[in-house]
Amino acid sequence: MKEIELIKNGKRIDGREAEQMREIEMQVDVVSRANGSAQVKFGNTIVVASVYGPKELYPKYLREPETGILRCRYAMAPFSTEDRKTPGPDRRSIELSKVIRIAIEPAIFLEDFPKAVVDIFVEVLQADGSTRVTGINAASLALASAGIPLKDLICACSVGKIDNTLVVDLNGKEDNFSEADMSFAMLPSKDEITLLQMDGLLTKEEVMKLIEIAKRSCKEIYELQKRVLREKYKGE
Amino acid sequence: MDYASELIEKGKRIDGRKFDEFRAISLKEGIIKNAEGSARVKFGETEVVAGVKLELGTPFPDSPDQGILVVNAEFTPLASPDFEPGPPSEDAIELARIVDRGIRESKCIELEKLCLIPNEKVWCVFVDIHIINHQGNLLDASALASIAALRNAKIPKIENDKIIRGEFEKELPVVFKPINITVAKVGNNFILDPLLEEEEIAKAKLSISVRDDDKICAIQKQGSGIFKTEEIEKALELAIEKSKELRKLIK
Repeated sequence: MKEIELIKNGKRIDGREAEQMREIEMQVDVVSRANGSAQVKFGNTIVVASVYGPKELYPKYLREPETGILRCRYAMAPFSTEDRKTPGPDRRSIELSKVIRIAIEPAIFLEDFPKAVVDIFVEVLQADGSTRVTGINAASLALASAGIPLKDLICACSVGKIDNTLVVDLNGKEDNFSEADMSFAMLPSKDEITLLQMDGLLTKEEVMKLIEIAKRSCKEIYELQKRVLREKYKGE
Repeated sequence: MDYASELIEKGKRIDGRKFDEFRAISLKEGIIKNAEGSARVKFGETEVVAGVKLELGTPFPDSPDQGILVVNAEFTPLASPDFEPGPPSEDAIELARIVDRGIRESKCIELEKLCLIPNEKVWCVFVDIHIINHQGNLLDASALASIAALRNAKIPKIENDKIIRGEFEKELPVVFKPINITVAKVGNNFILDPLLEEEEIAKAKLSISVRDDDKICAIQKQGSGIFKTEEIEKALELAIEKSKELRKLIK
């Protein structure tokens, strides 16, 4: 099934080392109408996230008396992929919306705003692999920028196995032809893992090695997220 | 603290099981005559039926010489007061996609043997999961029913481009038996095969699909709790061990 070589002379198809992430760009407050927003680029993958709330939840029967609730919607723009993506939710995006929500929920003090809701919208503008984790990083910045009380920022990356090598931050081609790929998110200062999704074939030892690689990369992403947020508040 | 959590703190469970013990499992294969493969699985009161149907179809352009696998799950309203009629819920979609990945990534179905004419005609293998009674751990029961149904599925005969139902060419080529084990975290304890009451208090779950050679073919963290690295290692070990026991149940 696999026709293409993903690693040549020790380098990946885009010239990276195994444990090197693509160039990362982060920007906050890109949507002025939202309470908080951010755009994050991992190489060619571009994702925008915006946060609305906490706000009153309607219809009222959905309200939780003891806690606020978090809703999340992940969507891909029709032009974000090689073949046009039909707009509207499909099975993949419904699952990813849930997975992203679950990755973020442990970070928010939801009990601080009972009966209310926080909405996160994640839009993939350009897809070149690792869109869900890029979306989680954008959502983390958008939440922080909206001033929502957080236990920690949420940092996410993908790891995987290509051509028998363990690598970080898979691009679209690597993702398509990988032997295994894993989406990972954590709260770095607490060393708590909030997302772990894997498909492929790996030994237990390889899974644990990938988690170590992912944790190291998340620490780097953590520094980048903090830097962007510091920049935002420096001027104020 | 609620009753179930209190018990687990003391090392006990509502129904007296050990933490790593499954409920009594019953597995019946080939129970649906009109399906090419089928299985009915019970974990205690939890009950799931999986049926396999084969249809002819056109392959995907990126895999022109391979058959197609489609997994779908219906949370039928008869199975629980929490299930409502209508299009598949988020949970039903997630369950189907987790079962799908466990089967697909284990490469247990030799999809290349399901190609009749490259680019034109292949077998599509539909695995449909119906929940009959929801008393917890639907995922492991659904995955077990699905692989058991696939293992007894047969490929129908074709004459003049038409499927002759009820007459078979050969067995569906299924060479591995991937097993899904869900590890539920309650407090700081890990339990297997959680009851509905235990699922409600489990902060987080890790579903792990294991192949015959102990390779991990899919993982999915569920629930809004967290895992520490060493907890993940422990869950993987638990799943690998337990999968051997469940695998013996399948022919």
